Amino acid sequence: MKIHHFLSLFSTYFLVDGVNIEDRAGQFFSSGHTNNWAVLVCTSRFWFNYRHVANTLSVYRSVKRLGIPDSHIVLMLADDMACNHRNPKPATVFSHKNMELNVYGDDVEVDYRGYEVTVENFLRILTGRLPPSTPRSKRLLSDDRSNILIYLTGHGGNGFLKFQDSEEISNVELADAFEQMWQKRRYNELLFIIDTCQGASMYERFYSPNLMALASSQVGEDSLSHQPDLAIGVHLMDRYTFYLLEFLEDIHPASKTNMNDLFKVCPKSQCVSTPGHRTDLFLRDPGSVLITDFFGSVRKVELTMETINLTDPIEQLESAESGELQKEMHTYADQLPVSEIIHQKPKQKDWHPPDGFILGLWTLILLVFFQTYGVKHLKHIF
Amino acid sequence: MATTEVERRRGQLAALSIAAVVIIVGVPLWWRTTETYRAWLPVSQIKELAKLQLHLSADVEVVFARGTVTPEQQKKVPLTQTQNMEHRVDEDTALSYRYETRYRTATIMEEDALNQPTAAEADLSLHTLSESPSGSLVVYVIPESSSLLPQNVDVYIGQRRTALLRIGSQMRVGKTLEQLLAHMEPRIKQVLHVMSFSHTDITAALSNRVRISPGNKESIADSMRAFKSSPGYEITFSLLNPDPKSHRLHWDIEGAVETYIQPLLTKLSPVANFSIDSQTLYYAMLGVNPRFDSSRSTYTLNADSLAHVINPVEARLGSNAASSNPVLNFLLYIPDAHHSPLYIHDHKKQQVPTNAFHSPRWGGIMVYNVNEFYEVDTVFPVDINIDMAKVMGVFLAQLRLLLGVQSSTPPPGFLVAPCGNAGLADWELDRLMWSRSVENIATATTTITSLAQLLDQIGNIVINDNIAQQVSSAVTSLQLAVSELEAGNLGFALQYSKEAILSSERAFFDPSLLHLLYFPDDQKFAIYIPLFLPMCVPILLSLLKIVSEARQKHREKKPKKD
Repeated sequence: MKIHHFLSLFSTYFLVDGVNIEDRAGQFFSSGHTNNWAVLVCTSRFWFNYRHVANTLSVYRSVKRLGIPDSHIVLMLADDMACNHRNPKPATVFSHKNMELNVYGDDVEVDYRGYEVTVENFLRILTGRLPPSTPRSKRLLSDDRSNILIYLTGHGGNGFLKFQDSEEISNVELADAFEQMWQKRRYNELLFIIDTCQGASMYERFYSPNLMALASSQVGEDSLSHQPDLAIGVHLMDRYTFYLLEFLEDIHPASKTNMNDLFKVCPKSQCVSTPGHRTDLFLRDPGSVLITDFFGSVRKVELTMETINLTDPIEQLESAESGELQKEMHTYADQLPVSEIIHQKPKQKDWHPPDGFILGLWTLILLVFFQTYGVKHLKHIF
Repeated sequence: MATTEVERRRGQLAALSIAAVVIIVGVPLWWRTTETYRAWLPVSQIKELAKLQLHLSADVEVVFARGTVTPEQQKKVPLTQTQNMEHRVDEDTALSYRYETRYRTATIMEEDALNQPTAAEADLSLHTLSESPSGSLVVYVIPESSSLLPQNVDVYIGQRRTALLRIGSQMRVGKTLEQLLAHMEPRIKQVLHVMSFSHTDITAALSNRVRISPGNKESIADSMRAFKSSPGYEITFSLLNPDPKSHRLHWDIEGAVETYIQPLLTKLSPVANFSIDSQTLYYAMLGVNPRFDSSRSTYTLNADSLAHVINPVEARLGSNAASSNPVLNFLLYIPDAHHSPLYIHDHKKQQVPTNAFHSPRWGGIMVYNVNEFYEVDTVFPVDINIDMAKVMGVFLAQLRLLLGVQSSTPPPGFLVAPCGNAGLADWELDRLMWSRSVENIATATTTITSLAQLLDQIGNIVINDNIAQQVSSAVTSLQLAVSELEAGNLGFALQYSKEAILSSERAFFDPSLLHLLYFPDDQKFAIYIPLFLPMCVPILLSLLKIVSEARQKHREKKPKKD
């Protein structure tokens, strides 16, 4: 039984090996990236925006399944749906009705949660301008050989995306942020996917090289949600991401599907809106770009052919137990320098004119004028 | 009549004085209260740096041993030659290389050193005589009759900064010194190409600044493999034991790191700081099932399946949360008892002798088989002591590759000495320092110029004093680094370039530089119009009335004058 298993494995490997090795070597050098990052953002809060969290989590799930580790994923969820009071099935977020697929899973690592998902934090992550105390898991530590996938979902309009129902990011700011990333060579290639209403307006202003963008709807169109679940009571997913998830479930780490197939996901008949894409800034031909170049993390590998002949024996370190135990003085790092804070002078705030200043100034001017000259002299002015 | 005249005059005066107050007091007040604080930046110096002109110079000393020059040639030696080569990489970047070659004859002590039986010993004794400063080279020319080098080898490259070059006999070469030098020149060029900076290395180091389409696949792989220049790196050694029930593993990692790895890192300390840690992971399996090769009765991992090994393991590796330095992971995998022995096969189905592979910019994995340490029917678990010298030999080779110590194949007729216990030859360190200095300078200039451009474009960003200070110090360090590079002081150039990188990165990535205030023009109008328009309309109209009345009076006066 085992031998049969091994023989079948052997034969499949043989067949796979038959496919030219030159081809694979060619692909090694065609993509030019050595690591993958993903920034997945859900920008809306409140229970009825359940579908946005489910969108983001389904992309997160696909990206993790295809190999990108948590240390290379920055996940931002603006609200907690899994532990929301209104969730009839706590600790789950479903993407299919009848609760078929729980995208919340067992090991979700959310890096920015709740009110930490702001436009400022998002731009700080992209440009790298985070305060020095930010931990590694909250940073995008990409270099010039990183392929980055950015996925945004929420409510949007013509030229903006709404964050947390209180602020918005404009397409110009986003394009400027990508340009700053390019100046510092913080990416090799970037794939930008947005699933909001009028999503295509968000990639109109891009001007940096090596950007490819997909959106779920054109300007003037709304992105629609897929299907409600009657037990949970809200719409579970958006259409575009639903069909995107279906497409990605068929991809495995060694698959050779390319971007042209991704552009065909969710045609108008299924999505009602017209998905759009933009590839003019991208240097390579989209047909030669693999899905796993962005969604997965296929490592390049080289065999080590050399070794260094080391002949010295290992020196035995002098153990400290020979003498008395050396007691090192450890000091606890002062986390909150209270003495500095209480003796600090109050910060110089910028001077603002008092409230109602303009109104008061006018009233004063008008009063003085009318008092001096009387109302009947208005005709001298006008 | 007079009162209306007086009142009209008063009206005019009131309108004029209100207009005067608005213009003289109001406009400056509005300007001052709405401007952002922008500290002064040395923009002109930054523009100068944008046009990068790098001059690299190396000192070469060519020493003629006895028997290589005739007495009449010897009279003309010592002499000095300078060679200059200019390259224009693109419109903003230019490189020039200068080699200063000094020719002289060998001293008696050097002749004694060259009489040693083997090249390695000669190299060692030559090194004890004099230490060459970093960045320079010494080439000893030995006669054809010398027995230091084997038959087919003409050049021996030592562990320090010396090379031994064997030339043909004087009969073949020629009588005059010029002919001798012309004969030696191609060989010396090759030596310089291997031991000192080469055009391909330097242009590869400039890749941040200039998008060069690389020539061949090898150079693409080389540029992708090594980590970018960074002030610090973290190295993590992990021992993966998937089968603790069978194997109880002991590795003296502290001693091994201290003995084998630390000398290399100490030697590399001018280039970067390193921090090392180690861990043991239990029940960590590889993500790929190995195949059983019945012909050799071993388990094999195919080269193509290696790419999928790393991802499942990486999730469990962890890293130091406090620093943002790049991490190099070195994994030692001991196969479980059911899948031992495990060998890695290359594309031609041959066993890889080191049984290891590495991933560019990530680290390396070595598979260490322990099945020969015990019999089939021993009592499990078995205590196994891992041979750290063998393991560290492989890891050291991978570390050299990942840090960018290129060991390209030398030209034919060259023999390169093995790199010794430090793991790095002095000339390899020099090459690394050259390319790191150039890379740092290129990156820092790009950062500073793009920061200046950004701050210029977006008028709303506040430029604090500390940012201006960082920018100024980065500019100063860059200028110093370029001048030290031109003078040939490699150590100082690298140090200044590192300072420049630190300052420029700190300035660029300062958290206060976030530009969130994007105001399109229609929003600006919408804010200012309700504030200023109602006030300005009566003033403007009254001013217009004054002007039209004055013109009318002037016109009335005119016919009276005529």
